[in-house]
Amino acid sequence: MLQHSRPSGDFFAGMRAIFPLVVAVLPIGLVFGAVAATKGLSPFETTLMSALVFAGGSQFVAMDIWTHPASWIGVGFAALLVNIRHVLMSASIGTKMQSFSGVKRYVAMLFLADELWAMAEFRAGATRLTPAWYAGIVTPFYLTWVGSSLTGALLGAFFGNPTVVGLDFAFPAVFIVLVMGFWKGPETGAVLAASGAASVAVHHFVPGVWYIAAGALAGLATALWQHRAREQAA
Amino acid sequence: MTLDLNIFIAILAMAAATVFTRVSGLVLLHHVEMNERRRAAIEAIPPAVLMAVIAPTAFAAGWAETLACAATAIAARRLPMLMSVVIGVATVALLRAAGL
Repeated sequence: MLQHSRPSGDFFAGMRAIFPLVVAVLPIGLVFGAVAATKGLSPFETTLMSALVFAGGSQFVAMDIWTHPASWIGVGFAALLVNIRHVLMSASIGTKMQSFSGVKRYVAMLFLADELWAMAEFRAGATRLTPAWYAGIVTPFYLTWVGSSLTGALLGAFFGNPTVVGLDFAFPAVFIVLVMGFWKGPETGAVLAASGAASVAVHHFVPGVWYIAAGALAGLATALWQHRAREQAA
Repeated sequence: MTLDLNIFIAILAMAAATVFTRVSGLVLLHHVEMNERRRAAIEAIPPAVLMAVIAPTAFAAGWAETLACAATAIAARRLPMLMSVVIGVATVALLRAAGL
């Protein structure tokens, strides 16, 4: 069935798949816009940041360390650090883009937000990842992020604290669902345990966002170690 | 429609840093020979990265978050994503309201 799907069918299938995440990103974008307004960014500047950077985590970190006048070195380096995991994400999804032309691969990478990457990985595990399906998950998610940032910036502090209704938990919840989907047996369990332990430990002892890189590298090291152990046993 | 030059440069710096990280994995693939070992490492990237992102929320943010993560994980074994996420969000909201 899926082998014969037309591009438009794939595009709409992508839109359906990303719908829960579009609902979840809407309030986050509103909050981002409102926070940016309190830091003195104009609605246009806020929208521009969401459109050009399109990486929620690093945008919130930038708001955390925002100064007047803005320090491009500070926020640029922070974005590099927060998003360093994207190197791994892009290498991983890059091996699953056989249906993409060379140019399309690079264009697709420009939109490699966590949520879109995770959905694409999940899709690639089940069937062939196509450019139309990828465009179907990117388009509504991107437009919602940019649009909700603008709305939040215009309406400002009208939005309260999203933790009261638990909406801040929507993304961790999505990631948990996806992690469950990547389970392939005890070997995955060891990777998850190493990543989780390193992440929590570094998060506890080291300020900033080093915990993500630390956890990811610990998980990778575990996978490599398992591979070597299997080779030696063979 | 105001655009401060310093802010514009800061936004461009953030965008450049983000694009650099997102493209460099793909560039690396072009320059690195694939073998079994590297394939095993790349296969481990999705669970390793996702776990690293959520671990502090799941294990070190408080009982409400830890229990809601467990509820989400259990729900995900049977239910579609949207339902599991709704269950997770509702659980964390209820537990926080209960003072956990």
